[in-house]
Amino acid sequence: MKIVVLMKRVPDTASVFQINDAKNGVDTSRLKYVMSPYDEHAVQEAVNLKAGGDGEIVVVTLGTPEDKEKLLTALAMGADRAVLITDEHIDTLGHRGIAEALAAVVREENADVVFAGKQAVDDDGAQIPERVAEVLGWSHASVITRFALNGTTATVDREIEGALLTLEVPLPAVFTAEKGINKPDYPKLPNIMKAKKKPMVEKTLADLGLAAADLASKVAVIQMDLPRQERLNKLLEGDSNAQVAELVRVLKEDEKAL
Amino acid sequence: MSVLVLLEQRGTLKPTALEAATVASAIARDAGLELHGVYIGQALSEQVQELSGLGIKTVYAYENAALGHYSNDAYVPIVRDLAQELGATIIIGSASAQGKELCASVAARLGVELVQDATACRWDGALHATKPVYGGKVVSDVVINDSPAMVTLRPNVTAIARVGDDTPAVVQRDMPALSLRTVLKEAAEAAMGCVDLTEAKIVVSAGRGVGVPEHLPVVENLAKAMGAAFGASRAVVDAGWIHHSHQVGQTGKVVSPDVYVACGISGAIQHQAGMRTSRVIVAINKDPQANIFKICDYGIVGDLFEICPLLTEAVKQARG
Repeated sequence: MKIVVLMKRVPDTASVFQINDAKNGVDTSRLKYVMSPYDEHAVQEAVNLKAGGDGEIVVVTLGTPEDKEKLLTALAMGADRAVLITDEHIDTLGHRGIAEALAAVVREENADVVFAGKQAVDDDGAQIPERVAEVLGWSHASVITRFALNGTTATVDREIEGALLTLEVPLPAVFTAEKGINKPDYPKLPNIMKAKKKPMVEKTLADLGLAAADLASKVAVIQMDLPRQERLNKLLEGDSNAQVAELVRVLKEDEKAL
Repeated sequence: MSVLVLLEQRGTLKPTALEAATVASAIARDAGLELHGVYIGQALSEQVQELSGLGIKTVYAYENAALGHYSNDAYVPIVRDLAQELGATIIIGSASAQGKELCASVAARLGVELVQDATACRWDGALHATKPVYGGKVVSDVVINDSPAMVTLRPNVTAIARVGDDTPAVVQRDMPALSLRTVLKEAAEAAMGCVDLTEAKIVVSAGRGVGVPEHLPVVENLAKAMGAAFGASRAVVDAGWIHHSHQVGQTGKVVSPDVYVACGISGAIQHQAGMRTSRVIVAINKDPQANIFKICDYGIVGDLFEICPLLTEAVKQARG
């Protein structure tokens, strides 16, 4: 069983975000970085799956050498090898291009199962894993909360609005993890030390037979802003009965919401 | 050249389909293009009346009782082929769980870019979208220079607006031969813990302030009285008091209801990521310093065990 995990290093959303001077991005100098939380679930699901038998887990990301730090975290959690796709033009890639590059690695690795988080919490793009499956012509199931392998298929639970679907998906296939799927085990110090000895390779787009110019994004940021906070911030006064009566009145009469 | 809107259904047309049509209609008008819709699922029949006044010229209906639930294998080729047949230059879908999966796949098959979960979009010589990023702490205004340009819209952020009462023409399409690789084994509607939070008009959520799991009904009863979906903060979910499908926030659901009522929730950044686009925010918390009061419209500083039952009764009376 060859398992590939797609992951991403992202700014911790608890960081203080400031817009850059050009107003087309954020000031990255003060951000703290983490592995995207859903990707932690993806790594853990791969570790859980491998624990049941033989197999190898390859963790893959696309970005810059700074991202090696979080690949190392995945290795410490139990992945066996890591691949960083990096290139001087890596920032120019759009979602379509990123998926092409990741799919090229998945194909090279001849994976049976691919896990990824349901979305990365930086651009919240929510599309890369599905695109990787489409590039490869594979099946996929998004936002799963249970994964069980039975031979050449996987049975998964997938939450959609107001219903829980149970799907049987033929392998090879791509799955995206939702929070309920498992509880990530954060790495202990000895495993962090061992992770440093595990193989980590870098690949350029050219290594994968791709050219940055063909993969360039066709979505351009015009402007970034901090969200406007136009809240009333009105504390209701009086005793509890008066506060409640006033709340019901404003919701019904002013907001027309009851 | 046309705009194509994906009309999501789950047995019946979903409100998010009408919201997407409202936005698509304005874009089609501004871009001088015709608007068409695609519907895949059980019989559309008289539901087409719900699509009146939304500027849709034609609805292409692919009716099959077996496709009431979403299937990648069936839906994706239909949408791709229809988009190509109509020469769609803009495709608008819904940012629901199934809508996002469908659009990601269709975008990949068409070889184009896609912006998921936009809170608004407009035509200005090209398709522009407003897209929350970094857990909603930053808002990005983007332009999509691709054809077709694809966007999914966050449910509940658009008011459905009708102009006139023209009903779209319905063109019944033969279903292509189904070759389903992935098999739907079971669909548990409104399964235990599975709440349709994202399309609810009112969401009432409980936080750590409820103290112990046995006290959750104090907030849940308020949700019932308000006809609201019942949400929870991460603290409540991580403590194992309630199923994670109730969680609102960074690692839970993103909701944009008309009214969001936070009971005993401090308002951590990661919670705000899930509810800051709500229209009206109400906070009930005994700590006057709680962050939630900084982002609320109406706040009650008080004990939720006193306020929630009073509010439950007052709401019952107000709603008759």
